[in-house]
Amino acid sequence: MIKLSKNPFNPYQELAKWTKIQENGKYGACCNFIGTMRDFNLSDNVTHMSLQHYDKMTIKQLENITKICQDKFKIIDSLMIHRIGDIEPNDTIVLIATISAHRDEAFKSCRFLIEELKHKATFWKQETLKNTQKRWVLGN
Amino acid sequence: MKITVKFFGNLAEKVNLSQVELDIKPNENIKNIWNRATDNYDLEQNILVAIDGDYAKFDDTAKDGDEIAFFPPVTGG
Repeated sequence: MIKLSKNPFNPYQELAKWTKIQENGKYGACCNFIGTMRDFNLSDNVTHMSLQHYDKMTIKQLENITKICQDKFKIIDSLMIHRIGDIEPNDTIVLIATISAHRDEAFKSCRFLIEELKHKATFWKQETLKNTQKRWVLGN
Repeated sequence: MKITVKFFGNLAEKVNLSQVELDIKPNENIKNIWNRATDNYDLEQNILVAIDGDYAKFDDTAKDGDEIAFFPPVTGG
């Protein structure tokens, strides 16, 4: 399941909803990654962030990443939810989860998805600092 | 032949352009399209390009109706 969310979401509720629709007794491992917005970056206080995305490409890239992950690892299912738009400190930016029969595939596939997302999915962060200055995040 | 060219992230601010429509010649490559769309703005090495939502290369060619996107390295997650 892949979703882009304009609104804040509770990652633990989303994880609970998603695991509930999985077939009971078929998976033995669930691994997740939750990325959260900090209120600091590069020694500056950050008060706000805007997450730009390229609508034509973002979901397509996330689907490609998921397909590669499914081919590479023995996973049963995966979940990716990513915020877009305006974000406040402590908001969840991204939730990734994978389930598999055994833990090794769950750990590796979850790591694979977040790393691929960070390098290929078309999102760009713009921070607003405490002094109201805006700056684009350049490193990842 | 017409295409749409889009710019994202800090690149849109650098070239002072978020979207432009261009007439292209048959087999015109992406590098040439960049030069015409941005009035020869310096093409930094880390700039990425996509054609209709798929990563592409600067020597790839565009066709009628394509959407070409130029953007800096992504920073999601």
